[in-house]
Amino acid sequence: MRYLPKSDAERRQMLEACGVASAEELFSHLPDEVRLKRPLDLPAGISEYEIVQYFRDCGAASAAGYTGFLGAGVYAHYRPVLVDTVVSRGEYLTSYTPYQAEISQGTLTTIFEFQSMICQLTGMDVANASMYDGSTAVPEAAMMAARATGRGGVLVARSVHPEYREVLATYARYQGMPLAEFGYHPETGALDLEDLERQINDLTAAVIIQSPNFFGVVDQVRAAAEIAHRRGALLIVVFTEAVSLGILEPSAAADIVAGELQSFAISPSYGGPFAGIIATREKFIRQMPGRLVGETKDSRGNRAFCLTLSTREQHIRREKATSNICTNQALIALMATVFMTVYGKQGLRELAEQNLAKAHYLAGKLPLRFSGPFFNEFVARVEDPDGLNKALLKKKIIGGLPLGRFYPELKDAMLLCATEMAPRKEMDVLAEVFSSAGVPSRLVFS
Amino acid sequence: MSIQKVRAHISQNEALLFERSSPGKRGYQLPGLDVPPVDPAAALGAENVRVEIEGFPEVSEVEAIRHFTRLSTWNYAIDYGMYPLGSCTMKYNPRVNELVARTEGLAWAHPYQPEALSQGAMEVMARLEAALLEITGMDAVTLQPAAGAHGELTGILLVRACLEKRGNPRKKILIPDSAHGTNPATAAIAGYAVENIRSSERGTLDLAALEQAVTEEVAALMVTNPNTLGVFEENIARVSELLHRKGAMLYMDGANMNALVGITRPGDFGVDVMHLNLHKTFSTPHGGGGPGGGPVAVKKVLEPFLPVPRLKRAGKKWTWNYKRPDSIGRVRAFYGNFGVLVRALAYILAHGGEGLRNATLDAVLNANYLRKKLEPYFDLPYPLPNMHEVVFSDDRQSRRGVRTGDIAKRLIDYGFHPYTVSFPLIVHGALMIEPTETEGKLELDQFADALVSIAAEVESDPDLVKSAPHSTRTSRVDEVTAARRPVVRWKPASTGSQAAG
Repeated sequence: MRYLPKSDAERRQMLEACGVASAEELFSHLPDEVRLKRPLDLPAGISEYEIVQYFRDCGAASAAGYTGFLGAGVYAHYRPVLVDTVVSRGEYLTSYTPYQAEISQGTLTTIFEFQSMICQLTGMDVANASMYDGSTAVPEAAMMAARATGRGGVLVARSVHPEYREVLATYARYQGMPLAEFGYHPETGALDLEDLERQINDLTAAVIIQSPNFFGVVDQVRAAAEIAHRRGALLIVVFTEAVSLGILEPSAAADIVAGELQSFAISPSYGGPFAGIIATREKFIRQMPGRLVGETKDSRGNRAFCLTLSTREQHIRREKATSNICTNQALIALMATVFMTVYGKQGLRELAEQNLAKAHYLAGKLPLRFSGPFFNEFVARVEDPDGLNKALLKKKIIGGLPLGRFYPELKDAMLLCATEMAPRKEMDVLAEVFSSAGVPSRLVFS
Repeated sequence: MSIQKVRAHISQNEALLFERSSPGKRGYQLPGLDVPPVDPAAALGAENVRVEIEGFPEVSEVEAIRHFTRLSTWNYAIDYGMYPLGSCTMKYNPRVNELVARTEGLAWAHPYQPEALSQGAMEVMARLEAALLEITGMDAVTLQPAAGAHGELTGILLVRACLEKRGNPRKKILIPDSAHGTNPATAAIAGYAVENIRSSERGTLDLAALEQAVTEEVAALMVTNPNTLGVFEENIARVSELLHRKGAMLYMDGANMNALVGITRPGDFGVDVMHLNLHKTFSTPHGGGGPGGGPVAVKKVLEPFLPVPRLKRAGKKWTWNYKRPDSIGRVRAFYGNFGVLVRALAYILAHGGEGLRNATLDAVLNANYLRKKLEPYFDLPYPLPNMHEVVFSDDRQSRRGVRTGDIAKRLIDYGFHPYTVSFPLIVHGALMIEPTETEGKLELDQFADALVSIAAEVESDPDLVKSAPHSTRTSRVDEVTAARRPVVRWKPASTGSQAAG
């Protein structure tokens, strides 16, 4: 087998050195009743060529060749070539977690830069080395808030990504963490601040909102912070569209920012691997989950980096750790780091402006459900979202996400996204198909 | 003994991005905008528009690639040589797996695109599920968890949900003192108290102690098999019976599954629920600390509780099934670290059933070969037959004032990554060595020679070992100061940062 580097002669020498006649003998101490007495029922190994062919076939049975207008937490942005060039280097790809600082300065330095750039983007003081993704960063942030406030309750806005809320519910349920939801304003799509006022109480550890929210609306972070802080709760601000940080004022009023970096050159890849982040204020640093890289010096006085504050972590603290997270998303975070480097200060702004322009061009042609300001996603009104999407598929266009799936009251609405990758021609086609919707679908599409 | 594997090479200095930055430099060009521009203040409200991203870097494309390339050379990697981290399983990462994970129709698949246009991606997942079930002997598997520790949490939540449904979630999780730190941390997050179980004098599960500990309050025992000494828990089937008699479950940490594939199956020795680390057993790259993949495999009794959605066959098509009333819910958005799943399947396809078994044989042979070569020089506190890894102690060397951490650092000078230091905790001053199946005889011989040579240095010149490494561009790092006064982000003119030296 091509991944096993020994010749039979070498194996024989090694077996001899071990004093056994075959490798099987090395397993002779295993109780007979647990031994598998047949070969694994898996096909014989195949060549590299056949492997490539197999996955090419799988890829062909997919949406290649379609133009998409889906966002909803996963965005189609251009991936600069440098990103894969860098992460394909074996030194990054095939190294372990940088516990041995002397021979891991490459990874450690890039993580330090990553943490710094996330702080600059979010307006926070400290950021960790990454979480699994945005959805798991949310319950980790909630648990962090519970530790920091000594309270247990969590209030989450219904305009936070529905799947993130589902993940939060799973964690909360088994932590015994009371979890409640508050609403959005039916006209603007922004937070229903009155509902938040009604539901928040002195046991609330955290208020969780998202901006831009799941409907694409740039939300009222300051107002939510004011309400949360007045009642002694922390405000957690979630983001799913990191490119928006290039143009939106950072949520300086937040106590914790929990987000998803998929937009930064991370392939949609059917939902993962992505990279989440948690950023916060300096005073909560010891409550943070996950790995952190810090600056220090080596014994010769040179600048060096190492993993730090690990007394928060499971391998030291065991059941008293701030989280059970161990492996995170280092290589994916590196993709984001290269992306941020390639675009830089000006590029990220320009990219965000292009997204803004594209989405507003498309939105200008469609009936909008909400009136709140939006970045590159918005909700359009349509009588039969599924029928519309079917019609679009015939034109090789994947339309928006029908919202009835997550919001029964929004059955007549779909969430659409236009990034810098959205071609004007397809946007025009989509608008045309839209304008003929509202008519019973069987008349139009049969 | 001379150091054979390495000699000095030019190592370039490199500043931080922020120090390289100057206004107006750019490494990008956007296409021309084909729609009218929009005034941000008008569209978003002036108060919502940021002035600038303060401190964000501005560098050219050439500088960007040199930056990341120069930094990369400061790393050790499997591609350079053996990476014998016990328990972490650093094996070769086949490059074809990277290629196929980037197949356009898979890499650009949106999780909400129609199922009819996602059949290829779903087929990949279904095929991986089937292979993992055959390998583990379990009944059902979820691919949703993002890494091993995330899989542990999922697994323990499954136990909790199942016991809750039976009327009582119970209070405690039993964990041997040789376990990974993630095990107790996981139990705590799942709302359980942790009771540590002392290992027997042989370093394995102590049946008598366990018999005492397993009460009606115990939800599960979390056990790693082979354990962190690399020793197969020979009583595992009896342990399972003992737990089941009291209505508790057996959780297996699958970190060491690479010692078992094709030889024995957890499903056949009484395990109820387990996770797999795709970056250990199935060769997906560690990438400097992730991404991983932590599938959780269960017996039938736990299947109703698996996270939503579940893959389901509907006629000739795959579909996602969300209608599962007993499910613990989601543990992650979407369907899992799909790109990692692609790589794991590619690895399984390359090996095939027989190949996977041969990989296990070679992994165990390599560990036993190193044990034979090193046993005369290092103490082996638990001399049971070992499987894929071997754990020595620094007892002999510490008499000369040299600890396992020092020996590990000295290995760097010989051109090797250190082994796992000071773990498992039941071994005082542990040297935990796992070569994996992807090391050849030459590399193993050089590694053994290096450790033998260091053992001699410990006798002749202990300070040489204690002050190692001597050949790296960065010498021993002051981790104490880093933790005492944490500097975890770059700031202009802060902390005396100068161009890296």
